[in-house]
This record gives sequence, C-alpha cells and structure tokens, in this order.
Amino acid sequence: MILAFIEHKNGILNKTSLEAITAAQTLAKDLGLRASAVIPCDEDRGLAREIAQYDLEKVIVARNPKLNVYTPDAWADAWTEVIKKENPQYVVMAHTYQVRDFAPKVAARFEREVLADVIRYRKENGHLVFTRRIFLGKLDADVVLQGDAPHFVTFQSGAFRADKAEKGNADEEIIDVEVGEVRMTPEEPFQEAKASVDLTKSEIIVAVGRGIKSQENIALAQQLADVLGGDLAASRPICDAEWLPIDRQIGSSGQTVAPKLYIALGISGAIQHVVGMKNSQTIVAINKDPEAPIFDIADYGIVGDLFEAVPVMIEEIKKVKGN
Amino acid sequence: MKIVVLMKQVANKDAVLRIRSDGKWIEEADVAMQTNESDGYALEEALRLKEAKGEGEVVVCSLGGASAKAVIKDALARGADRAIHILVEESYKLSPYQTAKIIAEAIKDEQADLIFTGLQSDDVGYGQTGVILAELLGIPHATIVIEVDRSSLNGTLRVKRELESGWYQWFKYRLPALFTIQSGISQIRYATLQGIMKAKSKPVKEIQATIPEFPSAQKIEKIYLPLKTKQTQLLGNGDAKRGAIELVEKLRTEVRVL
Ligand SMILES: Cc1cc2nc3c(=O)[nH]c(=O)nc-3n(C[C@H](O)[C@H](O)[C@H](O)COP(=O)(O)OP(=O)(O)OC[C@H]3O[C@@H](n4cnc5c(N)ncnc54)[C@H](O)[C@@H]3O)c2cc1C
Repeated sequence: MILAFIEHKNGILNKTSLEAITAAQTLAKDLGLRASAVIPCDEDRGLAREIAQYDLEKVIVARNPKLNVYTPDAWADAWTEVIKKENPQYVVMAHTYQVRDFAPKVAARFEREVLADVIRYRKENGHLVFTRRIFLGKLDADVVLQGDAPHFVTFQSGAFRADKAEKGNADEEIIDVEVGEVRMTPEEPFQEAKASVDLTKSEIIVAVGRGIKSQENIALAQQLADVLGGDLAASRPICDAEWLPIDRQIGSSGQTVAPKLYIALGISGAIQHVVGMKNSQTIVAINKDPEAPIFDIADYGIVGDLFEAVPVMIEEIKKVKGN
Repeated sequence: MKIVVLMKQVANKDAVLRIRSDGKWIEEADVAMQTNESDGYALEEALRLKEAKGEGEVVVCSLGGASAKAVIKDALARGADRAIHILVEESYKLSPYQTAKIIAEAIKDEQADLIFTGLQSDDVGYGQTGVILAELLGIPHATIVIEVDRSSLNGTLRVKRELESGWYQWFKYRLPALFTIQSGISQIRYATLQGIMKAKSKPVKEIQATIPEFPSAQKIEKIYLPLKTKQTQLLGNGDAKRGAIELVEKLRTEVRVL
C-alpha cells in the first residue's frame, strides 16, 4: 500500500494534494501496489467524498477533535497510528511548508527520514531512483532508498500533475486516532498586510534579485518596467532587505504570477522563486552566471552583467516605441 | 537560559562547483566555503533573545571537518559564548537522521532551553535535521520561523511561522523547544574587532563522533548538471550590450510586447 497525504484547511483541499495522489498512483502502478489517501481532521466536511472520486483503494479519515487545526504534534500522532495500522510501503506527500513541518517528525518515530523535495523518479533494474535538486538548484542528485518500509517521500510542486490524477471510486474508512499532548498553541493564521499591488494581473513584470546589488539600483529596473509599461517585482532577499515592499515578492511565500512577459534581473532561480513565476508565457533571464538555474526555464537569456544590458535595453525600447 | 545554535559550513553561494570524477560529490578542495545562510540568522536571533533577556548563554554547535572551525570562529566573534565542534570529515556522506542522531548525542547533556537551527542547508538541502533532532530529544519544534516575540519569553515563547502565499501564524511553545529559522528574520550583525579578539579565549569543545549505523539512509548515487527542460535562446554571445539589442528585437518580433 502507498499512502498519500491530503492537506486541507478547514476541509478545503490544498490542490497540491492532488499531485500527491498522482504521485502515489504512479508509484503504485510501478510497484504493483494500491494507493490510498489519508485525511487528518476533526470532522470530514465532505472532503473524503471529494477524494473518494479518485482511483484509490480507500480514503482514510484519521479523526480526532484535536485535529481541528494544524499542529505538528497532533499531525504526527495521527500519522503514526495510521502507519502502524496500514503498514504502507511508501508514504507520499507534496513538499509543502506544512509537510516540511511534520513529515520528518513522523519518519523519525519509525527510525526513518524523508526523501524530500523529489522532482522525478525512474525505475532502474527493479529499483526506484529518485532525483532531487541540490546546491540551490545548481546540481541534480540521483538518490536511492535503503532499508525496509515504510519509506517517506515528498515531491516538489509540479513534479506530478494534479489533472493526471486518475478518477475512480474509493471506499471511505474512518479511524478514530489517539492524539496525545499537543505542546504548542496555534493562533489564527493571517496575512501581513493586504497587498496594495496585485501583480497577478500584470502583463509585464520586471523582477529584480540580489544581483541588483543595492537599493539605489532598483531605479534602473523601475525605468525598464516603465518603458515596457510593466510592474516591478522582486525575489525574497530584496523584500527582506526592505528595498521593495513585501507585496512585490514573487514565489512560494509571496505572489504567484503568470504574465505575458517576465524579465528576471540578477535572480538565480531558486525553486521557491520559480514556483511563483514559471507559468509566465515568456521568461527572460539576465544573469552573469551561465549555470544559474533560472536559465533552465528561460525562453531568452543574456549571460552577462545586467548593468550593461539594462541601460541598452531601455534605450532600444525607447527607439522602438518612438517609431 | 541556554540556547544552542546549530551551524553548518557549506559551499559559497556563488562558487563554481566541479563534480568529482566518481560523480558522487563535488570537488570540495577548490570551493570557497561559508556559513549556511539561514544558520547565520539562527545565531543572530539567539543573540538578540539573550540580549533582550539580559542573561543567558549562546552555544554554537557545528558538525563538520576541520574547516568548520571558520564557522565557529566567526560565530564566537559575533557574540556566541562557547562552541561545540563535532568533528566529522566528509560529513556530506551522512544522511539527515544520522546527523541528527550524532548532534542529539553531543548536546543532550547541555539541557538547552532552546535550540535554533537554519531551516535548511544550501548544499544537500534535506531541510529536516532540526525536526528529527527535536523528536530524538523529545522536545516540540516549529519550522520556517520568521519572527520571535522576545518579550513573550517566560518558560514559553511565541514564534511566527511562515505559511505559503504570504500567510503567517503565531504559535506559543512551552520550553524546551527547537525552532528552524528562516533567512531574513532580522539584520545580521557584523563581528566587531573587540568581538574577534574576545573570541580567541572562548572555549571550543571538540568531540570525535562515532557514526551511527542507519540502515534506512538515503544514498546519493550520482550528481550531475540538471537536464535542460526548455530550449533557451541565448543572446549576445557573452556580450551583454549586444544581447540587449537582440533581446529588444525579439520582444518586438517574437514576444510582441512592444
Ligand atoms: C521556505 C522558503 C521560502 C522561500 N520563499 C521565497 C519566495 O517566496 N520568493 C523568493 O524569491 N525566494 C524565496 N525563498 C528564497 C530562495 O530560496 C532564494 O534564496 C532566493 O530566491 C534567492 O534570491 P536571488 O535569486 O535574488 O538571490 P541569489 O540566489 O543570491 O542570486 C543572485 C543572482 O544574481 C546574479 N548576479 C549577480 N550580479 C549580477 C550582475 N551584475 N548581473 C547579472 N546577474 C548578476 C548571480 O549570478 C545570481 O545568480 C524561500 C526559501 C525558503 C527556504
């Protein structure tokens, strides 16, 4: 059996869990096993029925009043009991912030660790070889699992497609799990400040990264955005340094955008940035490091100094627009 | 109050990485090394918490080879009180569970009130050593901590976790607890000349680690340059200015945004 984790907030599905279902179904096929899904919750608000429409052996509702809001202690207890009962070969999850928080804890209880943030896998001589990114995306590593089940694997967002999850008709099973002491008290989740700019509607985005070097240089990128009639955005370190406000941040912690044109200036292309902009129609990268991961997803690239390229671009665009 | 901060030495962000001839790791000898970015923030947060409380001890713990001394020296110069160096050469061979197990053994007698770590390392990026360590030590944890409510410290501590897409959440923890710290939580201080001088007399305990058996370790078989998924048109052939002219032409004729 392969167990897929269903993440939700008050019964509302986190869509990446559908990617986990696809991953579990794909692995199950390759290994001659069946996939099931697990929903930790206090009461299943119709979510089990939603998930039961996929081709799974069963949907396990791991239920306890203490699972009303997420805490790592409660989630770990629920998972521990389900794993002991079901003896899965693999536990498969999407590599979300919540999963990062509790999955290694569950694994450690079984004297295991997590094979985390996997981007793909293949079967080789009957064994599974998983690939994950290392060195901030600069290199790939092929990794194998050793030892006995259960194995814990998390997949990077986009490694499997949600719309490839196969439909079917699964049974529902409720397990009333024990949850012990919960040593942390959560408050309500909140958004820091209502975003004053909505970059999701921008057609053209000029984004700056650490390569911009200083706050003064942001003006150069602003000029480029202005001549293009676009908006300015940034990678995380720029917003951390408060060179631009946080509502300009693109990526897993910030906004997700898909403009017609995304120009990345001095951005390396870390996965947490890329998930926020990879669906842009056209991606341009200007970076002096030819190995920067941003070039993996760029349609057009300039390997070189952005301080040489951008002023020329501004002049050239002005010429074109002047005609 | 005692805070243990875990800090790791990793390859410099901008270093050019060469793959070793056996394909299993990089040539470490020719790579400039630095303190893992988020670990630096973990130390800063520990120092600020100690300063806010007006008492306490910050103990830096680094697992790594002899070169990791640079990380320790720097942390002591910034204000850590003492250090534990767990000596393991070729520590990249350790899986996260093994690393956590060795560290648990080395620090358990410290009885720390708090353990801070970076949220992931910029080399192997397992992102779980802290969480496994908390479980091995039997203490609660939180990951991706982006703010610490220093004024709340009183046998308990409030911390702000980052959720996805611009959401946050505060949690209150009873101590002892372990937190993995996100980069950017605060501005990192520089070491002062006085700090550098003082660091020389601060105690560093060296521990020779025994590597625990761990049959379930994940094993790196091969590393390589990522396969390209997209055909990128590289413009200018190394000349950024010419690239810019070509790019604007493409924006006009192919992308059609001008
Ligand atoms: C849990 C988590 C959440 C995160 N969330 C986000 C998020 O939402 N958004 C986000 O962006 N990041 C996020 N990050 C951080 C992410 O991992 C990277 O650290 C970050 O995106 C790097 O930003 P950067 O590309 O600007 O900087 P760097 O990685 O430092 O890259 C700078 C680039 O500029 C290039 N450069 C330097 N000088 C020049 C020059 N003169 N001309 C041209 N190029 C130059 C360099 O070659 C380099 O590639 C998150 C990380 C974690 C762990």
